[in-house]
Amino acid sequence: MTSTEQHAAPPTTSPAGNPIGFGRMLRKEDARFLRGQGHYLDDLTMPGMLHAAILRSPVAHAKIMSIDTRQAEEHPKVKAVIIGATLESLNLAWMPTLSADVQAVLATDKVRFQGQEVAMVIAEDEYSARDALELIDVEYDVLPPVVDAHKALDPDAPVIRDDVEGRTDNHIFDWESGDKARTDEVFDKADVVVSQSMLYPRSHPAPMETCGTIASMDKVTGRLTVWSTNQAPHAHRTVYALVAGIPEHNIQIISPDIGGGFGNKVGIYPGYVLAVVGSIITGKPVKWVEDRSENLMSTSFARDYHMKGEIAATRDGKILGLRVDVLADHGAFNGTAQPTKFPAGFFHIFTGSYDLQAAHCKVTGVYTNKAPGGVAYACSFRITEAVYLVERMVDVLADELGVDPAELRMNNLLKPEQFPYTTKTGWEYDSGDYPRALQKALAMAGYDELRREQREKRERGELMGIGISFFTEGVGAGPRKHMDILGLGMADGCELRVHPTGKAQLRLSVQTQGQGHETTFAQIVSQELGIPPEDIDVIHGDTNNTPFGLGTYGSRSTPVSGAAAAVVSQRIRDKARVITAAALECSPDDLEWEQGRWYVKGDREKGKTIQEVAMLSHGTLELPEGVEGHLDASVVYDPPNLTYPFGAYVCVVDVDPGTGQVTVRRFIAVDDCGPRINPMIVEGQVHGGLADGVGMALMQVIPFDEDGNCVGNSFMDYLLPTSMECPSWETGETVTPSPHHPLGLKGIGESATVGSPAAVVNAVIDALEPYGVRHADMPLTPANVWMAMQGRPMRTDLAVQ
Amino acid sequence: MQVKMTVNGTEVSGEIEPRLLLVHFVRNHLGLTGTHWGCDTSQCGTCVLLLDGEPVKSCTVLTAMADGHEVRTVEGLEVDGRLDPVQEGFMQEHGLQCGFCTPGMMLTARWLLDNDPDPDDHTIREAISGQLCRCTGYENIVRAVRWAAEHGGEEQAEREPQESSQEVQA
Repeated sequence: MTSTEQHAAPPTTSPAGNPIGFGRMLRKEDARFLRGQGHYLDDLTMPGMLHAAILRSPVAHAKIMSIDTRQAEEHPKVKAVIIGATLESLNLAWMPTLSADVQAVLATDKVRFQGQEVAMVIAEDEYSARDALELIDVEYDVLPPVVDAHKALDPDAPVIRDDVEGRTDNHIFDWESGDKARTDEVFDKADVVVSQSMLYPRSHPAPMETCGTIASMDKVTGRLTVWSTNQAPHAHRTVYALVAGIPEHNIQIISPDIGGGFGNKVGIYPGYVLAVVGSIITGKPVKWVEDRSENLMSTSFARDYHMKGEIAATRDGKILGLRVDVLADHGAFNGTAQPTKFPAGFFHIFTGSYDLQAAHCKVTGVYTNKAPGGVAYACSFRITEAVYLVERMVDVLADELGVDPAELRMNNLLKPEQFPYTTKTGWEYDSGDYPRALQKALAMAGYDELRREQREKRERGELMGIGISFFTEGVGAGPRKHMDILGLGMADGCELRVHPTGKAQLRLSVQTQGQGHETTFAQIVSQELGIPPEDIDVIHGDTNNTPFGLGTYGSRSTPVSGAAAAVVSQRIRDKARVITAAALECSPDDLEWEQGRWYVKGDREKGKTIQEVAMLSHGTLELPEGVEGHLDASVVYDPPNLTYPFGAYVCVVDVDPGTGQVTVRRFIAVDDCGPRINPMIVEGQVHGGLADGVGMALMQVIPFDEDGNCVGNSFMDYLLPTSMECPSWETGETVTPSPHHPLGLKGIGESATVGSPAAVVNAVIDALEPYGVRHADMPLTPANVWMAMQGRPMRTDLAVQ
Repeated sequence: MQVKMTVNGTEVSGEIEPRLLLVHFVRNHLGLTGTHWGCDTSQCGTCVLLLDGEPVKSCTVLTAMADGHEVRTVEGLEVDGRLDPVQEGFMQEHGLQCGFCTPGMMLTARWLLDNDPDPDDHTIREAISGQLCRCTGYENIVRAVRWAAEHGGEEQAEREPQESSQEVQA
């Protein structure tokens, strides 16, 4: 079911039947994917290409005593074996992380998490490479691991990062935001203060395509070509230049079709660097593709935030303040990808959608013997954790006050007239009409009727729950003076060339992983220039053919690169006006724009279409002084602020009292991302995020046992939602444009992943009300729910022994 | 060892290692890369193809087991330049985003419609429940299969057996 707002005249249609500009349009990229003609990384082969496989540590923490590779090297199909000592001689044993730490490319001194890279074998084929891994003999001296983040700072905790001189503990950083004194004051005077500890457990994005690369170093020219699964080709190029010392102009990064990213493909993993080294050593292209266990054990986990929240309110339900203390488990290397100023990402947006008097958060990052990472997974730089925290706290407060959670939210939401609104931790929300979105979601859900049904069921001993979540996202990172990755400001370039016949090519710095950029970005240009979207080719994913920019993550493509595409189109339109005026021998001021053409005011027949202008601009027409020929333009867009999409979600669950099994019966999602370029694609983005939310709330977790063994290292243990766990999503929209985006657009890619887990958990806890359960941590598996019903909810990050 | 089978109507043969998985034979030896690989444990279903008309996870089938049998992959769905209704349905209903699970999903849908031309939503969900998609939340895949059912989905295009054969070196 879908509920939409009528907000614009129906678009006119192109010769191919597509909308000119915004509207529902079938995707251009589908033509190849439907025929099995996509070109994903593992589909590519190069002449003479070799295959690599990585030997990984079987233990979480150990000294490496010796590595014997002789037998592997004698394998008839093995071309090279690389170990840490090989890299040390090249000064490549360690590489910088995206958070000013270093990470071992191959372990030299110690292994620090189970699954850490120890050696790479390069062979003629993949089977032989894997055979040879078993011929490598590594002797380990096992050390006690740090598994429980709460014990990482104990005085007797083993020091994980003894590679750093002088380090005596596992502390990474302390960071805080908000006014502590003012917050304490508000809490001291409040009628009601409720606290609740909660865990957002370690999770993994697990795109269906794992990570991989092909590296090819041409020794003669010194040119390095890297094909890799990556969401940010330009950032990767710069990092390769810095790490390997290869001149940046000699590096070409190609990101082919990507089988899902969700943040998993932002970082540079040791396997990528090793493939480069392998190509340098062997003189051949080297392909490395991780298997699923490697993917789940070693690349880009997400979350792992242990949060203690406190909320202060008046007796009659006015929320006054919020205080949070976070213990952040960053694994063995601090590899989170976020702006330098914000070691906890954008977590300090945790005041959510409410009008508070004061707020304060403190985040402490620690090392543990687990895989590095920490941001990835459609989280908008930790806004996922922030939204979960505040939306759980509001429900905990509603429980304490004995009021309806919908009513409590409605009474505390920011009001439309308060925008732009500056939060107590410094975010400036650009626009919103929150009560309207919540009202719409409640109406779609039939909220009062659901509560009535719930009362009846409770009388019969049946467990039904209704959960609400209201979220404010902050996406489109970001203003370059505040936001960077490794010092690279988050602005994005865009180039548009309109060819003589009026067909166009748009070059982007961002990289689709399924979002449909080839369609939606053509629609943006079409909206601004009236060129049919089928006449606009969108080029991306190749650093040699696209302008610099920071790539696709944090829902930033539409807010940043989409704005760039709009601005570059507007520049073309402005130039077309001057050229039209020259052709018609009138003043540009005499011209007026309608879809696809400039015409003379008062004489509609007299004008030039954009296609005619394209030919004129490449022709012999005498152009005014200072106007160059051709119809090309480029721009670098530096967003003035983030965009702030928001939404109201309602989840309805049934819980089996005998088994603790949760069934998501309904899920209603009202999203506001401003105007929608392509409603079909936006709805698809929301659907996927909702499934993510159900998965994280009920199924997905990467736990560790007391020895540091990763217990979520295959799809047999790391459970992802299937078609049977997902209900038929019910989606709706409100439309509140962003005042600073040139087309009013806001990002949508992660809204549902950010907003939905809290709705599911709130629904389950609501269902368990007869058992007096106020909180239980994700994932709410049958066992965990059943334990919560017994008054003993589980530590979900620690594997059951 | 020597294997011979029919793939998308064409007879193929090759000399292979006995342990070679069917997914790798199809991808690496025949160059049909529309069949994907996504996990180590037969959970994800991106490798699903049809073996004698039945969906199988080709990462769990030895190439030798397909000797003498008929294989159909995503590359065999389009016939004479005409998309299968399932392919058309996936496009019309936005049943794919990154496209990685799509070939396997479409082949299972093809099998379902061959056996049940008018499945209800629950039946569709059950049919694809052994396959994972991380992008769509499944709703539009269900809609896509229903679209195919409503647009001639039961009429599987008849393939004429082809005379050609192809020798594949392992």
